[in-house]
Amino acid sequence: MNYWPLLGVAAVVAGFMLKRSPVLVVVIAGVVSALAAGMSIGDLLALLGNSFVSNRALLLFVLTLPVVGLLERYGLRERAQAWIAGFRSMTLARLLIAYLGLRQLLSMFGLIDLAGHAQTVRPLLAPMSEAAAASADASIDAATRERVRALAAATDNIGRFFGEDVFLAFGGVLLIQGFYDRQGIHLEPLAIALWALPTALAAFVIHAIRIALFQRTLERRARREQFGQASPLLDAGDPGRPLE
Amino acid sequence: MIVIEHVYWLIGAFLLIATWLNLRDRRWAMAAFWVVLASAFLFGNAIQRAGANGARWPAQLMGLGVIALGLLAASGKMQIARDSEGAVSVRRANAQRLGNRLFVPALAIPLVTLALVLGAKYLRWGTSTLIDTAQPTLISLGIACVIALAVALRTTRASLPQAFGEGRRLLDTLGCVAVLPMLLATLGSVFAATGVGDAIAALVGTVIPTDDRIACLAAFALGMVLFTVIMGNAFAAFPVLMAGIGLPLLVLRHGADPAVLGAMGMLTGYCGTLLTPMAANFNIVPAVLLELPDQYGVIRAQMPTALALLAVNVVLMALLVFRGH
Repeated sequence: MNYWPLLGVAAVVAGFMLKRSPVLVVVIAGVVSALAAGMSIGDLLALLGNSFVSNRALLLFVLTLPVVGLLERYGLRERAQAWIAGFRSMTLARLLIAYLGLRQLLSMFGLIDLAGHAQTVRPLLAPMSEAAAASADASIDAATRERVRALAAATDNIGRFFGEDVFLAFGGVLLIQGFYDRQGIHLEPLAIALWALPTALAAFVIHAIRIALFQRTLERRARREQFGQASPLLDAGDPGRPLE
Repeated sequence: MIVIEHVYWLIGAFLLIATWLNLRDRRWAMAAFWVVLASAFLFGNAIQRAGANGARWPAQLMGLGVIALGLLAASGKMQIARDSEGAVSVRRANAQRLGNRLFVPALAIPLVTLALVLGAKYLRWGTSTLIDTAQPTLISLGIACVIALAVALRTTRASLPQAFGEGRRLLDTLGCVAVLPMLLATLGSVFAATGVGDAIAALVGTVIPTDDRIACLAAFALGMVLFTVIMGNAFAAFPVLMAGIGLPLLVLRHGADPAVLGAMGMLTGYCGTLLTPMAANFNIVPAVLLELPDQYGVIRAQMPTALALLAVNVVLMALLVFRGH
C-alpha cells in the first residue's frame, strides 16, 4: 500500500486552514497527490485536463447571471423585500420553513436544479428573508442581516440534500445500487430511495425547529428594545422583577 | 436535438464575452482567467473525443490550463472593480415602476425548467425529441435561462449588451470562486485515481475493533463524514468507505441490511457536506453571492443542523440496519 498520495489530503487541510487562495490549494493538492503516486508529468496533466472537462456541468449556474444581474439592476431585490413587507402575517420562520418543505418535495421528484443559490436564493429568498426579519425586529443590525442571509442559503442546501436521495433516478441512488451490483448484491433503486425518507423527515424537523428558534430570538430582542425604550426605569434584562 | 453540449457552448460564449469586456477594461488577469475557462466549454467535447481516439495532447493542454487557473487566482491580480451597481434610489424607483412584473423573468427560470423537464418526452424535433432525454434537467435549465433573459429584456426594455454587462459584473464578483466547484470535483477524480481512498481505508481497518458491530457502524458513519469533509463530496467518500468498512465488515460479517446501510450511509456523508469548505458550490459560492463578510458564514449557519442530524442519523442506522438480528 502506497500511503504517499495522502500528502494531497494534507495539502488540502493545510491550505484551507491557512486560508490560502482555495483555487491554488486545490490545484497544488492534485499535483502533489499525483506525483506522490508516481505519475509522470504527462499522465498528471492529462488526468487534470480530462477530469476538469468532465465536471463542467457544475458551472451551469453561470447562465443565470445575465438574467439575475439585469433584474437586480432594475430593482428585483428591492421589489422582493417590499412584497414580503406587505404581508403582515409573513414571518421569517413561515417563509423559510415553507421554502424548506417545498425544496425537499421538489428534490424528491427530481427537480433538483429548479432552485439554487444563483437561481432563487440571491434574487428572491435572501431579500425576502431580510424583509421578513426586519418586520420582526425593525432595528435589525448588519450582522443579524448577514446571519439571516446565511440561514436562507443553509435552508436551500438542507432542503436540497435531504430531498434528492429520495428520488429514484438520482445519481446518489444509482451510485449505491451500482456499487452493490458490482459486488453481486442486487437491489431495486426504490428499496434504497425509500430508506432516505426517515432522514429526510428528521432533517425537516431539526432545521424547522432551528428556524423557529432564530425567529424567537429576533422577536425577543425586538420586544426588549421596545420595552427598554417605553419604560426606561425597568430592568429590560429581567422583566419579572417589577412585580415583586 | 438539443444536447448538453449546446448548453456548454452557450456558457463558453458568455465566458468569452466576459473575457472581452475585461480586456476592454485592461484587466488582463481576469480576462486570462475567463478565456482559459471558456476553452474547457468550447473544446470540452473535442478534448474528450480526442482522448477516446488516443490523442492525449488536448487533455494535457487543458491540464496546463487548470494549473494556469490556480496561478492566476493566487497572483492577487484578480481584484474586482468595485460593484458599480446603480444607485439605490434608482433601483427603488425602477422597482416601484415595474412592480411585480420583475418577478416574472426570475420565476421563469425555475418554472420554464419544470415545464421543459416534464414535457421533454413529448416535445419532438423531426424524428427525435427536442431535448436529449439523457440529461433533461440541465438542458432545460440552460434553455430556461435563455427564455428568461428574453422576458427580462422585454420587461425592463434594457439592451442585450447591458444584460451581458450585468452578468459579467456578477461573474467578476464571484471571481475565481466560480470555478472552485469544478476544480474540487477534479481533485476528487485525482484522489480516486491516485489511490487516496484505498490508503485511508487501510488505515481505518488497523484502528477499529472489527468484532463489535456498533464500533464498525460508528467508524463507517464518522468515516463518511470525515471523508466527505476532506473531499467535499459524499459520492467520492461512499465507494471508499463501503469498500473499506461497509461491505466487508457491516454487510458480510455483521449482516447489515445493504439497502438501509447504503441510503443512510450516503445521507450521513451529506451531513459532512454541510460542514466543509471543500463543497464550494454549496458553501462558499453562496457566501460570496450573498456578500457575506465571512466566507464560512453559510457553514456556520448549517453546523447545528448538521451535527444534530448526524447524531439522529447514527442512532437511526444503529436501530434500522441490524433489524434482521
